[in-house]
Amino acid sequence: MNRYLANTLIILSMILTAGCTQSSVPSAGPASGLQVLTLATTTSTQDSGLLDILLPLFREQTGIEVRVIAVGSGQALELGRRGDVDVLLTHAPEAEKEFVRDGFSRERIPVFHNDFVLLGPPGEILSKQSAASLDDALRRISSDNLPFVSRGDDSGTHRKEQQLWASVGIEPQFSNYLSAGSGMARTLRVAQEKQAYVLADRGTFLVLRSELSLEVIVEGDSRLLNFYAVMAIDPVRHPHVHAEAADRFISFLKETSTRQTISEFGRTKYGQPLFFVE
Amino acid sequence: MDALRHEIWPIVSLSVLVSTTAVMLSCVLGMPLGAWLGLSAMRGKSIFQALAFAGMATPPVVVGLVLYLLLSRSGPLGDWRWLFTGKAMIFAQVILDLPFVICITMTAVESLPEELRFQLRSLGATPWQLRWTLLSESREGLMLAVITAMGRSLSEVGAVLMVGGNIEGHTRVLTTAILLETSRGRFAVALSLGAILMTMALMINILFVRLQKRYPR
Repeated sequence: MNRYLANTLIILSMILTAGCTQSSVPSAGPASGLQVLTLATTTSTQDSGLLDILLPLFREQTGIEVRVIAVGSGQALELGRRGDVDVLLTHAPEAEKEFVRDGFSRERIPVFHNDFVLLGPPGEILSKQSAASLDDALRRISSDNLPFVSRGDDSGTHRKEQQLWASVGIEPQFSNYLSAGSGMARTLRVAQEKQAYVLADRGTFLVLRSELSLEVIVEGDSRLLNFYAVMAIDPVRHPHVHAEAADRFISFLKETSTRQTISEFGRTKYGQPLFFVE
Repeated sequence: MDALRHEIWPIVSLSVLVSTTAVMLSCVLGMPLGAWLGLSAMRGKSIFQALAFAGMATPPVVVGLVLYLLLSRSGPLGDWRWLFTGKAMIFAQVILDLPFVICITMTAVESLPEELRFQLRSLGATPWQLRWTLLSESREGLMLAVITAMGRSLSEVGAVLMVGGNIEGHTRVLTTAILLETSRGRFAVALSLGAILMTMALMINILFVRLQKRYPR
């Protein structure tokens, strides 16, 4: 009898847990009349913490809950192409323009920018003083075979890095060129461990600065600007997207008060803003 | 820290919810199948067995990728609207757990002495009574199947990240939260989430060990 009891107990407990929990499995539909917007964005945006400030404000104003999928820009754009999200916040201008040209979004709206910095180990061959320019620094990293860590994940930052190498006419094939295949924060840690040079967005660098010994080698070059843009998926292409909610999100980003919040973000914590509104 | 406590509860409960549901479904599907594979003498059985064993080595990221492409709105199952929901995560974990449940059940049933079956039949057991008794005789193996599947479900990260999307308060579970906190550099938070996960795994195992002691063979 005990044997049956044991088996029955196991099965019963499993059914019970499933029974009382099944109903609370989150479903795709909006919960209790609440509108839902799915946003694909880059890991750098999420890691900066900006969305943790903006999204509660947006929800307060509109009652729309934003669900964030944080991936590389390459994957974010692909999620948009396939109609798996409603709106994109990315930083890969060329790929974004192509996205609009291909008819997946009606308009690419620049919202804010920050900039990239070339980082490297302190007191090394290259320093802020010795490297005259971005071109110079990149050429020396390549010709002296200095360790360099690339994102290698087809993200906005990775694409920017490839453009920079192309702009100085170098194919980065030196043996100390490492492709991390990771997000910004992890790539910075790899660079820290390897004491290597790395291209990073200033936001992530500032957030992680306290645990890194890397220094800024080059900054301020106009090619190092990092533009973020928002794009709503065209409902003509994917009829199921929440186009109205996406439009409200875009209007929200354009509002003066939101722009103010973005400009102030990080000022107290890092002594400088992380983003500059357009 | 207060905000953190606020965030942790949905993460823990979703982890438990997704894993238990996935394990339950895997058991409902996998145990009868495993028992049948273990008992039947049909031809081509070894092919099914080999497939089930190979299934145990399926990399979660591959399951995640294939399932993403299937469930994507542009994919064949896009109309289900399962992508980036708990359902998709459960779906992925059932695929990952099923081979374990099938193989362990099969092995457990196979290892029962053959005389038992003859004995039961000679005592006039109906086919259903026979199956039930054989399954309950191999319950140690079945418990192992449940524990293994639970362990795999709770600790799995690649597939649930790809089909769930790690959305806060919606599809974020312990493993994907650990990944995110690590990438944000909040190692202390990541470690404490890891401690919660390990405690949960330990508690489940203690529970099953106690059950086994209480209802010995």
